[in-house]
Amino acid sequence: MKRWLAGGSVLVVLALVGALASPYLISLLTIVLLFTFLGQSWNLMLGIGGQLSIGHALFVGLGAYSVALLDVKYGVSPWIGLLLGMVIAGSAGAVLAWLSFRFEVRGIYFALLTIAAAEFARIMFGGWEFVGAMQGLFFPAPTGAIDISMLRGDARFYYFIALALAALGIVGTEMISRSYFGYVWRAMRDDEQAARALGVRAFRHKILVIAISAATAAVGGGILALVQGSIFPDSIMGMGLSVDVLIGPVVGGLGTTFGPLVGSLAAIPLNHLMSALGDCLRIPGLNSIAYGVVLVLVVWFLPDGIWPAIVRLGKAVQLPSRLWLLQPRKAEE
Amino acid sequence: MLSLWLNVLASGILLGLVYGLVALGLTIIFGVMRVVNFAHGEMVVFGVYIGYWAVRLWDVPIIVAAAIAAVVMFIFGYFLETLIVKRFVNRPHHYQFIVFIGLSLLFSGALLVAFGPDPRPTASQLSFHTVSLGFVTLDLARLQAAATAGLLITLLGAYLKFSSFGRSLRAAADNRLGGLVVGLNIPRIYAVTFGIGAACAGVAGALISPLFDAQPYLAVDFTLLAFVTVIVGGLGSFSGALLGGLMIGVAEAIAALMFAPSMKTALPYALLILVLIFRPRGFFGAKEI
Repeated sequence: MKRWLAGGSVLVVLALVGALASPYLISLLTIVLLFTFLGQSWNLMLGIGGQLSIGHALFVGLGAYSVALLDVKYGVSPWIGLLLGMVIAGSAGAVLAWLSFRFEVRGIYFALLTIAAAEFARIMFGGWEFVGAMQGLFFPAPTGAIDISMLRGDARFYYFIALALAALGIVGTEMISRSYFGYVWRAMRDDEQAARALGVRAFRHKILVIAISAATAAVGGGILALVQGSIFPDSIMGMGLSVDVLIGPVVGGLGTTFGPLVGSLAAIPLNHLMSALGDCLRIPGLNSIAYGVVLVLVVWFLPDGIWPAIVRLGKAVQLPSRLWLLQPRKAEE
Repeated sequence: MLSLWLNVLASGILLGLVYGLVALGLTIIFGVMRVVNFAHGEMVVFGVYIGYWAVRLWDVPIIVAAAIAAVVMFIFGYFLETLIVKRFVNRPHHYQFIVFIGLSLLFSGALLVAFGPDPRPTASQLSFHTVSLGFVTLDLARLQAAATAGLLITLLGAYLKFSSFGRSLRAAADNRLGGLVVGLNIPRIYAVTFGIGAACAGVAGALISPLFDAQPYLAVDFTLLAFVTVIVGGLGSFSGALLGGLMIGVAEAIAALMFAPSMKTALPYALLILVLIFRPRGFFGAKEI
């Protein structure tokens, strides 16, 4: 109960920010919230399913292309595109999982297979004229009028969509985590043989968790495409995007509810700030250096992420128990 | 037509040997430390820059530049391991991934700050000479790079197989705990291993500096290429790295001939996906991981 209240108050604060903040802040926070959602999707695969993906850009990109192709080429509503993207990315994830687990590809090899599949798809999309090749696809210029059926609107509109998506991601992860599937998947993650001995059909469940993670990533990708207004294979399916997806949960705290949000809140504005600083000082590599140093330092000194560190800090200074937000949580054990 | 194919095949094999050297660096690090060095491409690019500057400043032959790169990159790798990498050796793969992504961003950012984004071609006299062997015409820079890489791979293999340090390194790779029990100095072995891995990447970079312009953005491609090579051969396997290098070199060369140039880079990934599916641990991969 307390945690729902805490989550609700975060939501209210973010909604107020959306109503009041400046356009730049809103567009930055939109990206943060979208990557919170994508981080939750990635977290489902590793934190609960136990499978490391470093090629999540594949699923993000498939979702983005489904939405963009249907919208730009045929004028079909992005809602249909999102559904199609979920189906395509989910199937792609299921096929990838089926192929690799069929042949006992696991651990770091599975991770490398995901990145290979993503790179392969990126190069293929880059050479495929129908999807715009390297020139990418462009949505019609926004008019600013809000149209929910076509998911068109101003920056504030997309901010609230991203906020709804992030909230949905957090609640959804929590619900999955507490459902029958959550327990089965965590059992399988911790000891696959023991889980199988207890009658868990590990092979099917692994495919299922990867397909769900892939389908949710596609939703994030579709919305990301709409927010950006254009997509290119190198940016939407590139390795950089895969890294961006997993930085949120890893920096914020793996397997925690608020970790991806806190991690994205820390990492994405930092990246923007540093590239602005680099542009300003005319030193092109500065943002890259700063980002790299921060990543290494976070993993070095805050091994389980920022959010658990905040929780520990909250406990150490004996904050009044009314600050539910800072209470440690145990559901993930 | 036949001579065209033979030429393409030969140049693929020659470049493949150099890829093999790059992959060898990655595979030694993985085999011994169980760490996947996602900043390997940056180390290759360091080598390319060392080649560029050595030729430009002192006008030395590429071989000498490669020797400089070997020494510099060994020291670099040794200290990188003792200062940073060793803290993450026993952590899960995704943390290591983040650390190495951080390092690679740091390195490529440093290269950008130091040398700027513009490509810098290395002016080597060798690039203008060719050797003709019947059907096949080879350019000397490529031939020299391949010969040096092949020699180094052989020497390194012999060193690991016959020297006392090589034996302890292989023992540490085989069984870390067992190595500790019999009194191996594991921290030192790890540092030297990382140094050797970085040196392999650096030498390969210096050797190909006449073929590729020095440029910070090259690094991602080399990292991914090294991965593909190593996985095709089998992570942690010495002969696998060499075989993988040759396969990727030839596959790339043939793809450039048969498909659109933009598709050329896709073929190694397609090969990788096939290999992972049908021989999950590569051609010479270790059993457990």
